[in-house]
Amino acid sequence: MWRHILKRLAQAIPLIWGILTITFFISHMAPGDPMDMYLEQQRQRQVDPEIIELLRQKYGLDLPIHVQYVKWLGNVVKGDFGESFRYRRPVLDLIAERIPYTLQLTLLALLFSTSLGIIIGIVSAVKQYSALDKGVTLGSLIIYSIPGFWMALMLVLVFSVYLGWLPTSQTRSMDYEFFSWGQKIFDRLWHLILPVFVLGVGSAAHKARYVRNRLLEVMNEEYILSARARGLKEKMVIFKHALRNAMIPLVTILGLHLPALLSGSVLIESIFAWPGMGTLAVGAVGGRDYPVMMATLMISAILTIVGNLLADITYVALDPRVSYEKKKPV
Amino acid sequence: MLLNVENLRSFFFLDDGILRAVDDISFHVNEEETVALVGESGCGKTIAALSIINLIPSPGRVVKGKIYFNGQDLLKMSPEKIRRTRGKEIGMVFQEPSMALNPVFTVGYQIAEVLRLHMGMAVKEAEREAIRLLGETGIPEPEKRFKAYPFELSGGMQQRALIAMAVSCHPRLLIADEPTTALDVTVQVGIIDLLRHLQKLYDMAILLITHDLGVVAEMADRVMVMYTGKIFETAPTVDIFAEPKHPYTKGLLGSIPRLGKGSKHPLQGIPGAVPDFLDLPPGCTFHPRCEFGDRDCRKKFPMLLAVDYIRQSACYKHYKM
Repeated sequence: MWRHILKRLAQAIPLIWGILTITFFISHMAPGDPMDMYLEQQRQRQVDPEIIELLRQKYGLDLPIHVQYVKWLGNVVKGDFGESFRYRRPVLDLIAERIPYTLQLTLLALLFSTSLGIIIGIVSAVKQYSALDKGVTLGSLIIYSIPGFWMALMLVLVFSVYLGWLPTSQTRSMDYEFFSWGQKIFDRLWHLILPVFVLGVGSAAHKARYVRNRLLEVMNEEYILSARARGLKEKMVIFKHALRNAMIPLVTILGLHLPALLSGSVLIESIFAWPGMGTLAVGAVGGRDYPVMMATLMISAILTIVGNLLADITYVALDPRVSYEKKKPV
Repeated sequence: MLLNVENLRSFFFLDDGILRAVDDISFHVNEEETVALVGESGCGKTIAALSIINLIPSPGRVVKGKIYFNGQDLLKMSPEKIRRTRGKEIGMVFQEPSMALNPVFTVGYQIAEVLRLHMGMAVKEAEREAIRLLGETGIPEPEKRFKAYPFELSGGMQQRALIAMAVSCHPRLLIADEPTTALDVTVQVGIIDLLRHLQKLYDMAILLITHDLGVVAEMADRVMVMYTGKIFETAPTVDIFAEPKHPYTKGLLGSIPRLGKGSKHPLQGIPGAVPDFLDLPPGCTFHPRCEFGDRDCRKKFPMLLAVDYIRQSACYKHYKM
């Protein structure tokens, strides 16, 4: 098992290197550089070209692209991701600041979508073709078809603007500093409701469909008939014998969710003015903030690989037929 | 009589019509007796067996009939009561052992689960009993096999483990649905011997469902021949092999390959194919394939009537045989 994990991690290194190299060259070949973008945003075109040139030299942007690449890669290997052009601060500090915000959003959304998806999936499989099942099928189709950003705006319109029950955006209220300890937690959660719901509901619909179909598939297996013929209670048949088999492939889906946990959601974070990784990454791309861009990308690449590996390892734990060791036959 | 089935009808309600998988069959099984239900694939024998424990898959259901087990009608029992009968009073063994065992639980766990449920055993006690049962069903090194997953066992061992599960609560009746069909010939003999051994040990009756007349000859006291959801002939095993009283039974016996001195006759098949259940021939469903089939046979399905004092046949022409 450990050999397998180490082997997979070793294989990941050239893969990550390849991803970073390709994106490095593509992003640097795109028109414009950080100086152009910065000046355009500041609407200050009358800056002395000589000063701009000096700035370019300072950040090493005047060097040939392959030289820039070698310098950058050398620093990354040493763990130095450089300094953001835009914020003039170390990239790692910026990311460390953003990650907690993204994580509270994405983890809660994952929890919400997974638990809701599994529960609804089981209920609609057990009550197949009932009004509830049909309603869930139609409902999840509708929810799945609605673009997240539109749903977010509509929910803000209804619950924040018309009804005034929930905040429109931000992570906390203006007068947060004056709140008591309990009020602070409540205030944070209150601000999380809408973004978490929008982020999770589509995925919940997806998971509900998936769990329903998998469970129905498994319920047709002969070992379920055999379990019933042994007189097992229906609860044991569904929740133990069927569910354990039906849940195994869901692990893969959850593994694929891992990169999204840290990279965040660009649209939802923008709509709710959430200072997370999504907005950071998009801002970096727009402003040609190369160090931030490459660092966020590297996190996504690593997490994708780790997510897949974790899914594989969990598979071994859940399904005795899968093994990475050469076992002696019993 | 341990089991007495009267006028059982189990139909499947499909979009294209009503499939009469089991159409008005009556039979009984005495205590400690082995009765074989014989027929080609898809003649309704498995559905008949599943009807007894009320586990026909949807969209099928028992439409009519009475199934008395120990004097109680299983079809009138509450779902909870029939659930407690399954596995405890009536055990069942399936055709494909690799598919009838849950792949993600160990063999031992699945046996112990039944013991804990029906016999109220504690975890340790159930484990000990499961290991004993594995040994009793002829699985070598039962302590080690207890912890094995189904995929780690051979087909024969899987079937032995399933049999251990089915007999774990000492049922009065064991339904064995094609218990040897998926196994190698050499393994089949072992399974047949095991079933006979356990039958004596636990005083069980066995309802054997099979298409294999060899297995029938080895095990059964009585035989019922089934075709298109109906029973065509019933007789003691010896008599049915010696002198079949239904043309279909004769056809089945004629299609067994024989070796040795008796093999003077060429192998005979039954002409034609099993008819579509949704488009059955009128009258006797076998008449288009039957050597004696004529106009009379088209009118009405013949009743299963006594031919002599030990056997019954559902054929107008049985006197010609």
